[in-house]
Amino acid sequence: MKILTLNFVTCARKACKASPAAFPLRPREAELEIVEQDINPLFVRNVLPRLEWDALREVCGELGLQQLPSTAPSPDDLFTTTPAAADTAMADAADAHEPRPSQLLRDLHTLLLETTMRSGKLVCGNCGHEYAVKEGIANFLLPSHLV
Amino acid sequence: MDKSSGDGGNVFLVRLVQVYESFRRAELEAIADLLEFKMDILDYNDDSPFCLVRLPSIQNARALISRTIIAHAIYVLWGSGSDYPSLRTSVREQSAHLWAPFAESSFRFEIDSFRGKRSMKEQRSIIESFSWLPLNGPIVMRGAELTLTVFEDWAAGDQKRRSQEQKPDSESQDPESAIASSSLPRPPQPKRLYLGQLIAESGRSHALAKYDLKKRVYVSTTSFAAEIALVTANMAHAAPGRLLYDPLAGTGSLPVACAHFGAMTCGSDIDGRMIRGKGGRRSVVGNFEQYGFKERWLDGWVSDLTNSPLRGLGDEEATRRAGWLDGIVCDPPYGVREGCKTLGKRREERNAVVEGPVYIDGKLSHLLDGYVPPKKPYSFDAMLDDILEFAAVMLVENGRLAMWVPTANENNIALVTPMHPHLELVSECIQSFNKWSRRLLTYRRLRAGEIDRSTKSRKRTYGTGVTANELNSFRKKYFEGFKPTQS
Ligand SMILES: [Zn+2]
Repeated sequence: MKILTLNFVTCARKACKASPAAFPLRPREAELEIVEQDINPLFVRNVLPRLEWDALREVCGELGLQQLPSTAPSPDDLFTTTPAAADTAMADAADAHEPRPSQLLRDLHTLLLETTMRSGKLVCGNCGHEYAVKEGIANFLLPSHLV
Repeated sequence: MDKSSGDGGNVFLVRLVQVYESFRRAELEAIADLLEFKMDILDYNDDSPFCLVRLPSIQNARALISRTIIAHAIYVLWGSGSDYPSLRTSVREQSAHLWAPFAESSFRFEIDSFRGKRSMKEQRSIIESFSWLPLNGPIVMRGAELTLTVFEDWAAGDQKRRSQEQKPDSESQDPESAIASSSLPRPPQPKRLYLGQLIAESGRSHALAKYDLKKRVYVSTTSFAAEIALVTANMAHAAPGRLLYDPLAGTGSLPVACAHFGAMTCGSDIDGRMIRGKGGRRSVVGNFEQYGFKERWLDGWVSDLTNSPLRGLGDEEATRRAGWLDGIVCDPPYGVREGCKTLGKRREERNAVVEGPVYIDGKLSHLLDGYVPPKKPYSFDAMLDDILEFAAVMLVENGRLAMWVPTANENNIALVTPMHPHLELVSECIQSFNKWSRRLLTYRRLRAGEIDRSTKSRKRTYGTGVTANELNSFRKKYFEGFKPTQS
């Protein structure tokens, strides 16, 4: 389960939906891996305003990942019209003015779409229920007494 | 009336495929809406594969056809008529301004006769009847700079009548002399003719070959055929940068189709085996890898629609500010193969079992490996309403829900189309099989300003029967058997 998806899920129990403590689910015994993916700048730009930034920071903290700025970056920060130094020689005149992925966008891509929780548990801060993650797939089915 | 000028834009002929008739217009409209250009449908008939549209530009025509699945190609319309003389007059009057750039171009003519057949001799005679066009370039069979196609639309059965009535020597008659010799009974002729300049072919044949289930690594009996899955993705506005979700993903056929159009996708299923697959490449991830876009599969997880873990549900504040999914695609299981399931106990179990955790050997049973939650029968109608409620909360403004629902062909089941005050029904398409049919319902999440605050979500009451049969009117009908189709 990718870090981005962790920002989209909360406890499956109806009783926990209204509780702020249920979100984000707390990763426990998490085994992480980086699965390299092609960068998708348009997607990162579109998904950025839909993130719960504070929850993302919390999860990063719990997983011991990079420290994120306290406020969400603006979509404008994801692109730069100045070519990176290494690319300058390669870029032709027309290309130089095309928006390019900024370092921030590359970092967000790595964090949100390449960092994956391979196994572990996701724990609800409200009811304490634990959801297992195995081979990257989380199981949110509830036992009958919690339905 | 000159359709090719005035009012801005050009008239194009879309060469549709004569299948899934009720989806074709809706598919074109969905794409024009997604790509945000104005399209006027000037002439469309379920009985014909020739559709005339007005579009602002040739670039729009290319963009439209590149995504269309139930079409072969798009053409600039050079003229139309009810017979060859009127077609030629129409071409002279409407397209003269289009000829000049092609004066020296290589070119070729094609004849596309729908429900009709022309001998080589007739084809030559038809093509020669356009020899007055000022085209001086070489005629080539491949790689022509200009391809002109004559389209003939025959009424059903007319071609057969024509062959029967034709005397052996009338083969030599060209279409014009057949018309001229008015003393003889006129053999049936095409009811409508068009001349079009090819602009671009659709991605249809490439996509259908690529996503053919026979070549897919991981499929099941519920996997969606490529063609209709791709149309579903068009209806849901799958596109680069967007996030689409299938809450009943199965082997991921609908997400794969959405990813074909560049969308990021995710999915879940109540059956963990479907999401995990059979190991290695035989999994949803494996399918995405097979098609070379594994980065478009965000995640798959195991969950139940009625107890979804997605954030935003059950939160009044979130409901008001709209969700974070661009589109939802789904094919709810209507229980022909098995009763619809949702987590929870059957009524009798609820009564019999003391509420609370179950322990096996001192361990909580639901934490043991291989734990299968009990499933209770779930009315199909209730499930559809749950999906609409889910979509209303989870979709962004103008986001789309494309959902399949079964409909029996001939019986007294009312064709109920579930509605929600935050969702507008965009289109309703029917796919008919021998003894049953299903519909693709497409909804748009209204913008905040469009939602009528006075409208309260209506609540229906559902059957409280215990068996799947009692709950699911379609499944009941299915197993009772349909009357044989009248034909
Ligand atoms: Zn909880």
